[in-house]
Amino acid sequence: MLTDREPAVEQPAGPKRKRPAFHLNRQGRAAHIFLIPWQLGFLLITAVPLFASLYLAFTDYDILNPPEWSGLENFRRMVHDDQFWASVKVTLVYVVVSVPLQLGFALLLALVLDRGLSGLAFYRSAFYLPSLLGTSVAIAILWREIFGDAGLINKGLAVIGIDGESWLQNPRTALATLIILNVWTFGSPMVIFLAGLRQIPDELYEAAKVDGAGVWRQFTHVTVPLLTPIIFFNLILQTIGAFQTFTQAHIISGGTGGPANSTLFYTLYVYQQGFVAFDMGYASALAWVLMAVIGLVTALHFVASKYWVFYGDN
Amino acid sequence: MTLISAPPLRERRIKAALKHTGLLIFVAFMIYPLVWMVVSAFKPADQILTDPGLIPKDLTLDNFKDGWHALNRPFSVFFLNSLLVTLGSIVGNLFSCSLTAYALARLQFRMRKVYFAITLASVMLPFHVLVIPQYIFFSQFDLVNTYWPLLIPKFLATDAFFVFLMVQFIRTLPRELDRAAWIDGAGPFLTFWYVVLPLMRPALVTTTIFTFIWTWNDFFVPLIYLTRTQVFTVPVALNSMVDSETQTGVGMLFAMSLLSLLPILVFFAFAQKYLIRGIATTGLK
Repeated sequence: MLTDREPAVEQPAGPKRKRPAFHLNRQGRAAHIFLIPWQLGFLLITAVPLFASLYLAFTDYDILNPPEWSGLENFRRMVHDDQFWASVKVTLVYVVVSVPLQLGFALLLALVLDRGLSGLAFYRSAFYLPSLLGTSVAIAILWREIFGDAGLINKGLAVIGIDGESWLQNPRTALATLIILNVWTFGSPMVIFLAGLRQIPDELYEAAKVDGAGVWRQFTHVTVPLLTPIIFFNLILQTIGAFQTFTQAHIISGGTGGPANSTLFYTLYVYQQGFVAFDMGYASALAWVLMAVIGLVTALHFVASKYWVFYGDN
Repeated sequence: MTLISAPPLRERRIKAALKHTGLLIFVAFMIYPLVWMVVSAFKPADQILTDPGLIPKDLTLDNFKDGWHALNRPFSVFFLNSLLVTLGSIVGNLFSCSLTAYALARLQFRMRKVYFAITLASVMLPFHVLVIPQYIFFSQFDLVNTYWPLLIPKFLATDAFFVFLMVQFIRTLPRELDRAAWIDGAGPFLTFWYVVLPLMRPALVTTTIFTFIWTWNDFFVPLIYLTRTQVFTVPVALNSMVDSETQTGVGMLFAMSLLSLLPILVFFAFAQKYLIRGIATTGLK
């Protein structure tokens, strides 16, 4: 192509000097054509729906009749809504338990795989595969059967003489199965950890060894501090993801969030109110609460990160 | 020059062997459910839950045959629907996100910074807060039970993460290339098409891979918009098999689940390198 043969350095910004106004206008006009899809999308798919849902959050709306302004009624209703509180509890327990466990596994395995172990590509693929499939309906179906009455887990427990009851029909264990499913998908944060570990220069470990640091001190004084930005990145990503868990909860409970609301994830409750009960006003209010909570939690993470995340440049 | 002497070769070998043994046990443990599903799909339905072992006594294709027709339409319909939605989404994302990213990364115009900030912010926006008005909007145009609600957003660059990814990528390309094209008389459109787009291939490949996987797996959006069996995508079809589980049975569910994962597994086999690179640099899952 022409561009390859002619290095731009020889004529630096030649035409630009001749007709700068035209040049800029032309770019501006072109930009507006390039951005037509984005502008339409932002307007119709994001901005208008965002304000519409904020408005609907203060109305009573069943889709068939026009929305009726109800002020703070939807929010008042939440306070007395047992299912709402159940879904909050389920979601918070899930986030608080499964995210640290998942990241812990991810970091542990990344450390084991890092540096000089043969077969890295194989292990990485094997651990990553569940992440790739984890949110699919198919895997949720598999989980139903594994933890069901006559499932693999109870068969395994029977071998060692434990008579397991159905994990999914017991309100005390149903959520645990979903937590296990999320931990099982530790491969994707692990891959990010591996990429981060590779960035840590060997010299630092050498220097630490020279200073007499053992494996543990190398880990706490070199690996962890230099990895904190990656830990933070994974933490934010997985936390936001965990708040929005839906498919697994829907399939495993058959869309009910049962038994006894023990798998009633917040997003599942929003779905039930909006698209099963067609209580679109209440569902919008619920969605806004979710957004506020995710925003708040993310902001708190950022504030807290000042105290524990170490960036090389400060 | 190392001051600390390395442990003797034999000791290191033993250590490595122990590590591999541990890792392989862990891999087996993690992959067991998947292998179990594969094997079970080929077992006679009544042996799946009574015999959890991996070596089937009898092999059969009945689960696939029966599962294929378990809903009132053959599963090929759902696969074609999924394929249509997936390919449409890929084309949409590649088209709209690359146009947007080029403008944001390379062209000078007044609102550039604002637009980029909006794109970044919308990566964080939870979908649930938008879905209800979007549903009302599309249903007013009578588009429920069509694929338009699934495809239109893709053609309008609403997957902001890919826009961001592409902007970051374009920024790594030398600006001299664009300038040279300008000097040769190419306008922004020709420059985009002949210079920037071909160089963006790694970003386009990453976008294609993740759009494929996410759209193929997506359950929530099709669940909302697609209520008539004939337009179901594969995940929604699987869901409706679960609902009628008493008639369909685990064998058929596993067989169809396995088939539903097959495109992703094949894709994984081929695109593994790009996939791992994509996730390592961006955090996409």
